[in-house]
Amino acid sequence: MNGRVDDSFTAVIGLEVHVQLQTRSKIFCACELDPHAAPNTRVCPVCLGQPGTLPVLNRQAVRLALRLALACGCEIAPLSSFARKNYFYPDLPKGYQITQYAFPLARGGALEVDTPGGTRRFPLERMHLEEDAARLVHEGKGPVRIDFNRCGTPLVEVVGAPALHTPEEAAAYLRALRRLVRWLGVSDGNMEEGSLRCDANVSVAPTLADRPGRRVELKNLNSISGVRAALHHEIARQTEVLRRGGRVEFETRSFDAAAGVTRPMRSKEEASDYRYFPEPDLPVVELSPSELEDIGALLPELPLDLHRRLVRQWGISAEEAEVLVEERALAEYFQAVVAEGIDPPLAAHWVVGEVLHLRKERGGSMESFPVEPRRIAGLLRMLERREISTAAAKKVLVHMAATADEASSLVRRMGLQLLDDEGELEHLVDAVLLENEGLVEKYRKGKGGLAGYFVGQVMQASGGRADPQRVEAMVRRRLDEGGRQ
Amino acid sequence: MKGPAPGVEELRELLRQGRRTPSELVAEVLRRARAWEPHLGAFQELVTSPPEPQGASDGLLWGIPYALKANIAQRGHRLDCESRLLAGHVAPYDATVQSRLEGAGAVCVGRTRMDEFAMGSSGEWATSGSTANPWDPDRVPGGSSSGSAAAVGAGVLPFALGSDTGGSIRQPAAFCGCVGLKPTWGRVSRYGLVAFASSLDQIGPLTRTVRDAALVSSTLMGFDPRDATTLRDSPEKEGEDLDALLAGLERGLEGTTVGVPWDLLAGRLSEEVEIEFRRVLGEMEARGARLVELRLPLARHALAVYAVVANAEASSNLARFDGLRWGRTAAGADHRESIRRARAEGFGEEVKLRILLGTFVLSAGYHEAYYQRAQRIRRAMAREADEALGHCDVLAWPTTGETAFGRGERLDDPLHMYDSDFLTVQANLTGLPAIALPTGLSREGLPFSLQLTGRRWGEWELLRVARQVELFCDFERHRASLGPGGDAS
Ligand SMILES: [Zn+2]
Repeated sequence: MNGRVDDSFTAVIGLEVHVQLQTRSKIFCACELDPHAAPNTRVCPVCLGQPGTLPVLNRQAVRLALRLALACGCEIAPLSSFARKNYFYPDLPKGYQITQYAFPLARGGALEVDTPGGTRRFPLERMHLEEDAARLVHEGKGPVRIDFNRCGTPLVEVVGAPALHTPEEAAAYLRALRRLVRWLGVSDGNMEEGSLRCDANVSVAPTLADRPGRRVELKNLNSISGVRAALHHEIARQTEVLRRGGRVEFETRSFDAAAGVTRPMRSKEEASDYRYFPEPDLPVVELSPSELEDIGALLPELPLDLHRRLVRQWGISAEEAEVLVEERALAEYFQAVVAEGIDPPLAAHWVVGEVLHLRKERGGSMESFPVEPRRIAGLLRMLERREISTAAAKKVLVHMAATADEASSLVRRMGLQLLDDEGELEHLVDAVLLENEGLVEKYRKGKGGLAGYFVGQVMQASGGRADPQRVEAMVRRRLDEGGRQ
Repeated sequence: MKGPAPGVEELRELLRQGRRTPSELVAEVLRRARAWEPHLGAFQELVTSPPEPQGASDGLLWGIPYALKANIAQRGHRLDCESRLLAGHVAPYDATVQSRLEGAGAVCVGRTRMDEFAMGSSGEWATSGSTANPWDPDRVPGGSSSGSAAAVGAGVLPFALGSDTGGSIRQPAAFCGCVGLKPTWGRVSRYGLVAFASSLDQIGPLTRTVRDAALVSSTLMGFDPRDATTLRDSPEKEGEDLDALLAGLERGLEGTTVGVPWDLLAGRLSEEVEIEFRRVLGEMEARGARLVELRLPLARHALAVYAVVANAEASSNLARFDGLRWGRTAAGADHRESIRRARAEGFGEEVKLRILLGTFVLSAGYHEAYYQRAQRIRRAMAREADEALGHCDVLAWPTTGETAFGRGERLDDPLHMYDSDFLTVQANLTGLPAIALPTGLSREGLPFSLQLTGRRWGEWELLRVARQVELFCDFERHRASLGPGGDAS
């Protein structure tokens, strides 16, 4: 899709994403951040907005936001400042939110997104720091309760330019942003738990119109599929209004994920005047060039750069590279295996295949995966030297995960060395062919596909210790010999 | 127990010599307070069982009793800012100034009345009752630190803390005949001070003498990790300990340049205030000070700029009082209705007026014309004042254009009421330190007050000049005749 909803209408989408930063404590007080703590146990006079208290900026929140901004190539402001956004809501204990308004931390930059059509750079407008509000807990028909644990969680708001045209682009943009914040260690990026929250601005206009359509803001988009569904619905709704000759109104709509529709929340006429003004309790945030350099120097290679390097320099398939750069710990694991001298495509194949499979079975993170890169490299080295078969190597890996043993000693103990003895192999092949005389007959009458079956039987008989290519050659030779007899 | 309580310095000496114990001092304060309170009404709360002083007896203020203004947090005590909306609210923590005073061994004996949320110049906007002027019970004590100034001025207490947003320490100090210091903005932590206008608010001491102000300030001043706007490094030279700084206060006025902006004062001073001011200037000159006339054309707009900035910030600072979490609650159909009712019933008229004004100057369409314009003038005012202080050591003018006015006189005339801050708001808008000190009594027996404004972070130099004026004014002799009910006893 190139943004045309149908022939005559085009959608323009801009996403505003709130990213919860993974600091130890809140942005303006020393309370610990713990999304799983019992309600109202991570609070103090400051984050409760007790009269007389003052905010003090957590510098770590600035550093994390800067990592993200530098990774997106934003222009960093050497001086930025906070403002108050004034409105009444029960989740806002001070009656205002401290946020960056006129002087944000960063402007410009772009988010690199992999799309089916290739890598695209979607421009960003700005990134700024702010505090999260408390969480309103609705329980059935009972009174609404307020949990202030979340109040004061540092957020960076990533404001994208209205440069997306389809729900699929929006979804790809969000996936890329989620991967990036996780990659950088800036946020856990968990949309279901609210670590990443997305609002979308959508407008639809006739394709040939010289002015954009009226903007509608969508809220409550708490999953990537939800974003896609909400945008599909909203674009269709606006298109329908326009096609009937109607007018789209400025408004804020909320997405009902269960019903799959958007509903009006409030119109712009009721919109608040936030009466922003500079926050007098916080000094200007100054960033020295050396501080920026230090943060920049600690930036890891970004996922898409690594992807390019894996494919171009190391000859890894684009699909496997895609999996490897999905998670920084996995990419690091893989690179550590390669650093042990293993051929990159082989290492990639095993990490993406067996290692991920095993981790999924066991559960847990990559950091706690029991087979260290050095040990799996030992196993892959035996495979490269053709000392064991692939099937045997897979068995050994499972045992390596359960023990601290090296591959070589496990192979020896399990008797999985590759069957090298020509006579023993021939003996196995003969035995299989003899047991399956009927099938051998069919093969000779033209059922060539049966060769694979015989190879499988021989492999099984060898306990996975035979080299399948060698067995296949041997089986074919024997069958064809027999045919001539 | 005739006459006023001794000041901080004298009490330190009595305690050091063992001629008094801390509990005796507290008992004396409470006896004086009981005698004065029926006429004065300075306190909203007085302790019944006074706490023992903390720490070792060599603490700078060990055993010295004091009181806090009702907008400064003290763990376990009411923090209602004399507002119905905060009735019953108890602070769960201590303000930094309270921790510092307690850490120095001082003993808090009570909480003083104030105008609601520090908005007022007469002490008449307090829900627990208004305060009288110790020099004349029919006069106001000034505001908003009314109770602190009245109690110290009457000699009930050696010192009390106040807060100053547009003159709320200095103007009542002037009316009640005590010394009031508003330090440089950022010199004393505001953590625990219920904010009125954050960029203007500053906590400071009300004392009987300039040396007492210096002693108390040295305990209050300094970096606070809980207030990001406090100055990180001490501006005093290294090796300058408190004794050296106190000794420095005794250096005379020779070579001191005093700037007087006569253009600003034209038509602003009552005849008697102007005569007293000229007398004090003359005495300073006679002791070696050099007087220079200078112009502060922007200071003339200070009151207008102040009205915009202070009310804008107040409208935001007071937003947290929504009746949902502390103080008065009001039931409504939904949260908007509950908030509306709590605020309508809880805030006093003056506070509502200021919130409305502040909300207006920040709203879309007026933001640029009022708020942003005021901020620009404010920055220019700070430059103008800093520049003037490049040519002289202190600026001098009377703290108020007249002596204390009558109770009830200005309640229906807010503009006239605001006018009494005309000469004090400039120091808040520029952030500069300023001190008010009593110089003499009017024919009616009301205190006159001189205001000195110093360089940014230049509290000690400012205190020195004030100390030298205090020496020749010898105001303490007047206080000896003060007694409860205004009669000399
Ligand atoms: Zn907290």
